[in-house]
Amino acid sequence: MLSTYFSATRLRAQFFKELLSVLRDPRSRMVVFVPPLMQLLVFAFAATLEVRNIELAVYNQDSGRWSYELIQRLNSAGFIARLQQVDSQQQLHTLLDRGDTMAALSIPVDFSRKLAAGENSPLQVLVDGRRSNSGQITVAYLSAIAADMDAEAKIEGTTTTPVIVRHWFNPNLTYRWYIVPGLTGILALFSSLLITSLSIARERELGTFDQLLVSPTSTMEIIISKSLPALAIGTALGLFMTGAGVFIFGIPFTGSVVLLLISLVLFILSVVGIGLVLSAVSMTQQQAILGAFAVGVPAVLVSGFATPIENMPLLLQWIAQCIPLTHFLVIVEGSFLKAMPARDIFANLWPLLIIAVVTLSLAVIFVRGRLQ
Amino acid sequence: MNRQSHSSTKPSVRSFDLQRLRALIIKESLQAIRDPSTLVIAFVLPVILLLLFAYAVSLDAKNIRIGVVMESSSPAAHDLASAFTATKFLDVSFAHDRREVAHRLISGSLRGYVVIPQDFPQRMRQQGAEPLVQIITDGSYPNTANYVENYTKGVVHSWGTSQNLVMPHQGTTLIPRYWFNPELESRRALIPGAIAIVMTIIGTMLTALVVAREWERGTMEAILSTPASVVEILAGKLLPYFVLAMLSTLGATALAIYAFGVPLRGSLSTLLLISAVFMVPALGQGLLISSLARNQFLAAQIALFTGFLPSFMLSGFLYEIDAMPAPVRLITLLVPARYYVDSLKTIFLAGDIWSIFLPNLFAMMGIGLLFFTLAKRATRKSLE
Repeated sequence: MLSTYFSATRLRAQFFKELLSVLRDPRSRMVVFVPPLMQLLVFAFAATLEVRNIELAVYNQDSGRWSYELIQRLNSAGFIARLQQVDSQQQLHTLLDRGDTMAALSIPVDFSRKLAAGENSPLQVLVDGRRSNSGQITVAYLSAIAADMDAEAKIEGTTTTPVIVRHWFNPNLTYRWYIVPGLTGILALFSSLLITSLSIARERELGTFDQLLVSPTSTMEIIISKSLPALAIGTALGLFMTGAGVFIFGIPFTGSVVLLLISLVLFILSVVGIGLVLSAVSMTQQQAILGAFAVGVPAVLVSGFATPIENMPLLLQWIAQCIPLTHFLVIVEGSFLKAMPARDIFANLWPLLIIAVVTLSLAVIFVRGRLQ
Repeated sequence: MNRQSHSSTKPSVRSFDLQRLRALIIKESLQAIRDPSTLVIAFVLPVILLLLFAYAVSLDAKNIRIGVVMESSSPAAHDLASAFTATKFLDVSFAHDRREVAHRLISGSLRGYVVIPQDFPQRMRQQGAEPLVQIITDGSYPNTANYVENYTKGVVHSWGTSQNLVMPHQGTTLIPRYWFNPELESRRALIPGAIAIVMTIIGTMLTALVVAREWERGTMEAILSTPASVVEILAGKLLPYFVLAMLSTLGATALAIYAFGVPLRGSLSTLLLISAVFMVPALGQGLLISSLARNQFLAAQIALFTGFLPSFMLSGFLYEIDAMPAPVRLITLLVPARYYVDSLKTIFLAGDIWSIFLPNLFAMMGIGLLFFTLAKRATRKSLE
């Protein structure tokens, strides 16, 4: 009697049917694979926390040597695209209001005199708080320029740095080395979530789900055949993007490929489970897609991709532990840059395994509920 | 009804009829409201997003976990170590050997560590000829690594000053003043972005799905064959979602102001005007996607990759557009959310500054017209 519940031939036929329903249409084929890879290319260059090509306004009231020197240095600074000199404090305010400048520097009359006398020489910088993060980085850059100039003016106390700093795994803190592995997880998550969440909902909306019900297929077969295409596509996408990270972006891959592959499969499986639950509770495709968004967007925000989890309130830290992306991000970042040993991978792999088992069991319960 | 035919080629029944439009709007509105998922996206998702942006996505780092390796047990070393514990930004754990902490850096349980070397008292006497301490950060999280560097350097520096090791900074001192956001709360800069994302989901994603569903089921042809004109049909479809998006914006704005203390320094009418204009390209994009895709799966995928993700990554709310390479900056010119986020930040934090709004309004209108024109061409072609 086992064959009525489970048949390999039937399963294979179903798997091909499901895969074809996603990939048969050439437009669907393109839409499943091309945009995620293009997004990876664009976003890898777009997502940067450096500051470049900014506009800076200067109101110089000092006619001495050091204000001239400072402006020369600002002019040759790589991160400033345009330096605008104005004749009044009022003009600085206007430029800042209009958003025409990131920061406005006001050099007082006695700037050079105080600096030459070895006194404290204050410089006021007005920063556009609408761009609070870039504003802070700009101030840090400007401080570095001022410190360089102080060194030339032989001001005491500025030349000795009492510490040395080493950045492990990513010595120049290249942001792209962080963003590309992370995007791999996020784009694979959204692709597989959308594909699975639509799978049952589409059949229900088109009325073909009833046909499936009267066929001899068992619940397990339906679930397996519905999850395999997304698993195959999601894993392929993840691998493609990992390859792009190594060969296009030149990010060092120091970890184990096999362990990453295992983690990727478990990660996609747990996402597939969530997608199937969404699909089973949705009456229409619209509900399934919007449900995928209502789950996917907050999941990305809490996963620690944008900001570290330890910054979040305790409740959110617990929720973060239930999100598959959280654990996959640690594994994928560690596999690229940190040569993460198997022990640390497993520490994040077993939560993934538990999440996958829970979400897939829920999927079985919900789909079975739909079948009756 | 007095129906005047405006062109000789079209039959008179095709012309614009307000009563018919009203009937269509009522039909579409009922259809929209009956699906609970529409209301969830319009009114529940904004609340979740705003909550997360207020509490989860804080760019102001605190409680960063660092290790302090005490290779020296001199009183001075203990004094410096207690200076680290005193900072509220750092969450310090101690070790005596750097091998203990190096592993924790790999597993991610520490973001960096400070080594106080064995000969710390000698180095102190040399007055900075040798570095006092060594700071190691986890560079695989560059943003956090920067915070670790700055906070630990700050602690060492102020401790050194108090011990008369480091001369207090003489020379040029930058005194930054952050306009519009003096407390530098990142949530104030992020919440406008959250509103833009919700508006993109309602305007582009939902519209693309709703219209694509009609094509998928073949009911679009049925509606097109009725006396209603294409303009009436599309206006009937789009207006309910326009109203829904505006209500959602109002709700999100009220929440931002009253629950999260974000100031609204501009006027509410300007906010509504700009949001209304943003809906033109958002709805146009949704319509264009649906008439190209014709089925909900394709429409959802295209809306995700051309609407939602760009408004997240390329709108300038998380990442500075100026810092992107030139080709990517060119792409952002076509992302309507970019102009919307820019305007929203100014309305909330600065005030009504029309020299910023006007170019943004024109850009959004222009992109909207482009999308609607393309959508119209795509729709016409399909009917032939």
